[in-house]
Amino acid sequence: MNKKQKFFAYPYVIWMFIFIVLPIVLVFLYSITTKEVNNIKTINFTLNNYKLFFDPLYIGVTIRSINLALVSTILCLVLGYPIAYIISKIHSKHRNTVLLLFILPMWMNMLLRTYAWMTILGNNGIINNFLNMLGLPSIRLLYNNSSIIIGMVYNFLPFMVLPIYTALSKMDQHLVEASHDLGADNRTTFLKVILPLSLPGVISGIIMVFMPAVSSFVIPRLLGGNRSLYIGTLIENLFLVTGDWNFGSAVAIMMMLIILVSMSILNRFDVDKEGSGSNLW
Amino acid sequence: MVKRNLHKIYMGLIFVFLYAPILVLVAYSFNDSTSRGNWGGFTLKWYIDLFNDRDIKTALYYTVIVAMLAATIATFIGTFSAIGLYNFKKKPKAIMVNVNYLPVVNPDIVTGLSLMILYLSTNMKLGFLSMLLSHITFDIPFVILAVMPKLKSLNKHLTEAALDLGATPLYALRKVVIPEIMPGIITGFLIAFTLSIDDFVISFFTTGSGVTNLSIVIYSMARRGVKPTINALSTLMLTVVLILLFFINKRSALVEGQKNNGGIK
Repeated sequence: MNKKQKFFAYPYVIWMFIFIVLPIVLVFLYSITTKEVNNIKTINFTLNNYKLFFDPLYIGVTIRSINLALVSTILCLVLGYPIAYIISKIHSKHRNTVLLLFILPMWMNMLLRTYAWMTILGNNGIINNFLNMLGLPSIRLLYNNSSIIIGMVYNFLPFMVLPIYTALSKMDQHLVEASHDLGADNRTTFLKVILPLSLPGVISGIIMVFMPAVSSFVIPRLLGGNRSLYIGTLIENLFLVTGDWNFGSAVAIMMMLIILVSMSILNRFDVDKEGSGSNLW
Repeated sequence: MVKRNLHKIYMGLIFVFLYAPILVLVAYSFNDSTSRGNWGGFTLKWYIDLFNDRDIKTALYYTVIVAMLAATIATFIGTFSAIGLYNFKKKPKAIMVNVNYLPVVNPDIVTGLSLMILYLSTNMKLGFLSMLLSHITFDIPFVILAVMPKLKSLNKHLTEAALDLGATPLYALRKVVIPEIMPGIITGFLIAFTLSIDDFVISFFTTGSGVTNLSIVIYSMARRGVKPTINALSTLMLTVVLILLFFINKRSALVEGQKNNGGIK
């Protein structure tokens, strides 16, 4: 409509180049070089950083992180689908209140939500105190895989529930009635009508949980203790403790690849292309 | 009937899972005993400790300043960029919108470390400015995403009518376009503000030399172990969020009400 208004975007185009494109190019550059890239003359290209990533130690770290993220995602789906379904069935008068109550904890700082579990699962936390009161010995609940999974499910559950709820509430209720009229029982209706129609929501839910779960370093750091490495904590270590930017960049690029590949595989199931927000991948 | 009750029991359990940790934090913030299990009576001493803690006070200051500045600047740049991008040709527009998506779809840790590399390779000192620039960078895409749909649903003839009636393009923008897309701009600002207030990962990577925010302080305190002052801090932060939500709800209810009244008239 107004050709001149194009210019409004030009400053941001430059901004995007400096603060979005250039940093990622730099990460890539660091991942294929040795030492610093500042000086063009002494630049040294290498694939050693990627070779190091395929060392059994780091492959183990990657597989452990993917496993943990997968378990958390599956748990979120198993717990979250019924929640989304039940909320979508609630009478419209109360539905928004229940939804608000469900989202409310998300408004609290993520670190505090994670920290809260430290006080519950800790060695002299609530659960162990309760056990002691009953005369039972304390059990070690914190600083292992299950405490990380609890933290992830607690933090990311709404990311699974909200897209599924949106898909379910957009669904035409007459389809369910039609299915019943045509003689399908509840189970068949669910499997043949409701589930396929909510699939886009399920897929974006899986993406939205898996992505932060695989890259998180806060939850493993606080609830997992220092003993085992995960891909997120490995990257944090390499950048902020050991200062090995080259290998750290390679790990970051590999993590982005893992996320991209899993997103594109998932998007194949999403026939309507409704689920995910981005059309880039 | 059985199914109904089953639904209620399930939702009840989920709400216990969601709220128990928060209630525990609140309860312990008033507990006069450092060991978690014992209830040593009611006290406000953790709150007094909190108000005397200089680290927390500086962190609070930086959190609010960075969030205010970043959200305001991002809303300004984002709104104008959305208007500009809207007028781009199809292909450049698609490229720009996709690049704009990158900070949204990239894991926070990648955004954080890539910005850290950028600042350090250009010999910029990590601190307040680097943190602010990073916050603006991850805020703008959300503002654009909030404003774009409003521009799409804007009636094109409105601007044309304004121009036909003798308005200059800038005047038409100020008096016609901006007021029409205002709800999107406000939503964008609120999203940007909440993201900035809550951010940990990107700030953690891009800050330095004594500049911290609340999330970073909580993280370093929590790594040293459970500390009752954090409970007091969480209770206060939760109260602020609840008050904010109450007012936002009241405001939207008011707006809805006005709309409905207008409809009846």
